[in-house]
Amino acid sequence: MARFIVEVMLKPEILDPQGAAIAAALPRLGFAGLTSVRQGKRFEIEIEGPATAEKIAEIESAAELLLANLVIENFVVRVDE
Amino acid sequence: MIIGVVTFPGSLDDRDAARAVRMAGGEAVLLWHNDHSLKNIDAVVLPGGFSYGDYLRCGAIARFAPIMQEVAARAQGGMPLLGICNGFQVLCESHLLPGVLTRNSDLHFLCRDQELIIENNSTQWTSEYSIGQHITLPLKNGEGSYQCDDETLRLLESEGRILARYVGENPNGSRNSIAGITNERGNIVGLMPHPEHAIEELTGPTTDGLGFFTSVLKSLIAL
Repeated sequence: MARFIVEVMLKPEILDPQGAAIAAALPRLGFAGLTSVRQGKRFEIEIEGPATAEKIAEIESAAELLLANLVIENFVVRVDE
Repeated sequence: MIIGVVTFPGSLDDRDAARAVRMAGGEAVLLWHNDHSLKNIDAVVLPGGFSYGDYLRCGAIARFAPIMQEVAARAQGGMPLLGICNGFQVLCESHLLPGVLTRNSDLHFLCRDQELIIENNSTQWTSEYSIGQHITLPLKNGEGSYQCDDETLRLLESEGRILARYVGENPNGSRNSIAGITNERGNIVGLMPHPEHAIEELTGPTTDGLGFFTSVLKSLIAL
């Protein structure tokens, strides 16, 4: 069994109001010195068998098709060792 | 003329959209997300709501519903297609319209009567309005902020594809106060406010929304 991690983040130029709200809340809780918070998504995908190059490509297509909207988001796929 | 209204799991405004079609003089048929055929339908409305619970991203799962394959193919062939609110989100996720709808800039779910200005009356859904006309429709969403890249925005502006803008303060952070856009051909339209909730004085703030439905019926009869 292999496990993939797909992380999806808003592109840097896209406004992230949720991240901004978190960035505003943290100092109120005493966490000082924050300059930015961006919120994203993490997917953990498990498959049967090993993480071959072919399987990695498949997960990348799934990320392109469904997990991320490339108009506003970027993604990275990695194998969880 | 028969206008289909798609019901996804989590759709809310399908009945109101069907009612608006009937008030405008058309025949409304409810379509199920798991159907594969549009049969003899002349136009389609994707209604508001929270299809598939807004899981992943608004409209992202609905895009792959069986009925959407036929809806997309027919719309690319010229069939009129209107996406309202969640329906607009589905159209963007389906790449039938450019851009995407994101979280309102102030993070609040908005529910209010919103004044709009009509800027394009050459689409199949807006021909009954005049350019510069102000209308008021209910606006109710959490993710109504229209975003796209600079190049797309320039294209939408230069081709007159922004059919309605918010009047006054921008309610949700939409680029250039965009409330609705059309494709190049003018048959596919996405609109964040709800025309189907403004069709009679008893239940709506105005009857300004009826024009979207009378427009498409007229354009279908003219074909």
